[in-house]
Amino acid sequence: MNTTTAPRPVSGDASYSDDCHSRVLLESRGLSKQYRGITAVDGVDLTVRRGEVYGFLGPNGAGKTTTLRMLLGLIRPTSGTAAVLGHPPGDPRGLARIGAMVETPAFYPYLSGRDNLRVLARYARVPAHRVASALGTVELTSRAGDKFATYSLGMKQRLGVAAALLAEPELLILDEPTNGLDPAGMADMRALIRKLGTGQRSVLLSSHLLGEVQQICDRVGVISRGRLIAEGTVDELRGGTSLLLSAQPLDEAARLAAELLGPQRVQRHDGRLRCEAGPDDAARLNRALVLAGVAVSELHPVERSLEDVFLEMTEEDRR
Amino acid sequence: MTGVLSAELLKLRKRPATWLIVGIWLALNFTFAYLFPYLSYRTGSPTGPDGAAPPAQLLAEVLPANLVPNLLGGYPMFGGALVLILGALMTGSEYGFGTMKTLLTQGPRRIEVLGGILGALAVVVLVLGVANFTLSAGASSVIAATESAPGTFPPAAELARGLASGWLILGMWGLLGALAGIAFRGTALAVGLGLVWALVIENLIRGTAALLDVFDTVQRVLPGVNAGSLVAALGAGRGAPGVAAVVGGTHAVVVLAGYLAGFILVAGLLLARRDVT
Repeated sequence: MNTTTAPRPVSGDASYSDDCHSRVLLESRGLSKQYRGITAVDGVDLTVRRGEVYGFLGPNGAGKTTTLRMLLGLIRPTSGTAAVLGHPPGDPRGLARIGAMVETPAFYPYLSGRDNLRVLARYARVPAHRVASALGTVELTSRAGDKFATYSLGMKQRLGVAAALLAEPELLILDEPTNGLDPAGMADMRALIRKLGTGQRSVLLSSHLLGEVQQICDRVGVISRGRLIAEGTVDELRGGTSLLLSAQPLDEAARLAAELLGPQRVQRHDGRLRCEAGPDDAARLNRALVLAGVAVSELHPVERSLEDVFLEMTEEDRR
Repeated sequence: MTGVLSAELLKLRKRPATWLIVGIWLALNFTFAYLFPYLSYRTGSPTGPDGAAPPAQLLAEVLPANLVPNLLGGYPMFGGALVLILGALMTGSEYGFGTMKTLLTQGPRRIEVLGGILGALAVVVLVLGVANFTLSAGASSVIAATESAPGTFPPAAELARGLASGWLILGMWGLLGALAGIAFRGTALAVGLGLVWALVIENLIRGTAALLDVFDTVQRVLPGVNAGSLVAALGAGRGAPGVAAVVGGTHAVVVLAGYLAGFILVAGLLLARRDVT
C-alpha cells in the first residue's frame, strides 16, 4: 500500500477544482506505481485544465514518464485513479481526443515521415488529408518523403509532435519534447508548443528543464522521487517578488517598512531588508523612508527563479 | 479494425524485409520443387535432394497434375521457418522500434491492434500461397509444354484444399513467430528461438521418437510434425524435409487449428495484460 502525499498547498489554487470542474481535462488522484517493491510514482494528484500549458517538472528519474504512461493507459497503476477527458486512461474514447509523444519519438525507420503518419492516421481513424496538415504545422513538408531513419533528432521530435496533432486533439501530452535538441531547435519547439497550447487545447508538458517550464507553462506540477510536491502557477510557486533595501539607519528603516507593509513582510537579510512587496510598493516605501530622514542607498525588486524554488523544494530529497 | 488492418498492410507493403522473405521463399520453392528435379531429369545427373529418383518419376513430379503435393513439400519446414521470421518481425519490431506505445496511444483497443497485425499476417500468407501456386503452375506448364507431357491441372477442389492447407501451415508458423515477438518483446530472441524450435528441436524429437515411446507420443502433437503430416496426407513425400505421415490428415488439421487458436489466445492475453514500458 502506498502512502499518498497531498501536493503542497499553493495559494489561490485550492478551490479551483470545485469551482471549475467542467474545465478539467485530466485529473489523477493518488496515482501510484510500484515495480517489485520499488515505488516509481507515489500518490500523484494532477489536474490539467482546458486551454493551459501544464508543466510537469522534475529531475530525470523522478517518475514523470511513468506517470504519463499511466495516464495514457500504457501502464497499469498499482493504486489510484485517473480520468482523462472524462474516461479511464487508455479508453479509446479518451485516446481519440489526445495526442501524445512519450519519451523518444518512435516511428518505423523504413517508412518516410509521411508514410509513418499515414499509418498512424489509419490507426487513429482520422482522414488522410490530416497528414499533410500536421506535417505543415511542424514545418516538415519538404522532408516528408524521406525515410524516418535519415531524419535529424530535431526532425524526429517534430514528426512526433505532428503525429500527436493528427487527430486535432484537445489534450497534447508531450514528454521531454526538447530532449537532445540544439538551442535553435529548442527555441523553435518551445514556440511551437506555446502556439499549440492556445484556445481550447491543453498541453501537458513534462520536462526537467526549469527555464523551459518557466517560459512556456501556465501552471506547473513539481515531482520529485515519485511524489508531486507542489502544483501552481510559476508565480505562485516562486512566491511573488520582493524588494531588497539598503538604508541607514537600518533599524529605523525596518520600523518604517514594517509600519507600511506589515511586520511579517519585512525581514533582515545580510545587513539589508527583504520586503515582501511588489515593484509598485517601491516608490511608496522610498518616499516614506526619505521623508523620515533615512538614507536609502539601494532599493530594487528581486525575483526568485523557478530553479531556486525547485532546488529548495527538492533539497530534502536530494540529501 | 479495418483501419488497423489497412495500416498494417501498408507497413508490410513498404517494408523491404517483407519482399526479401517473399522473394527468398518463392525462389527456394521454384529451385527445389521445379528447377533441380527438372535439371536432374534433363541431364541424367542427380541435382538437388531428390535428384536420384528415376527420370520418369522426376518428370511426373514437376508436371501440372502433381502441382499440390510438389509445391506443399516445402511448406512444413522452409516455408514455415521463413513465415515464422515474418511473424516475429511484425510484432517484435514494434518493441524494437518502440512503436508499440505509439500505436497503442492512437485509440484502438489492444485486442484490435493485435487483430489488425494478425489479420495482415493472414492476408500476406494467403497472397504468398497464391503467388507460390501461380509461379509453380507457370513453371509446371512450361515444363509440360517443353516435354510434350500432359498439362492437365488437378481439379479445383484439390487446388483449393492445397491452398487452404498451405495457408493453415504457414499461418500457424507465422503466428508462432508473432507470439514469440510479443512474448520476448523483440525480434532477436523470437527469431532465434523460433528457428531453433522449428529446425532443430522438432527434428531431435522426431529422431528419438523411434527409440522412446514417450517421444513418439510427444511428436504427434508437435506443430512441425503435424504440418509435415498434413502435406504428406495430400501426397507430398519423397525428399521433402519435415514431411512424414506420422499422423493422419484430419488429426493434423485439428492440431494445427488448435495451435492457431492457442497462439492467438496467448498473444492476446500477453498484449492485453502487460505494461508497455
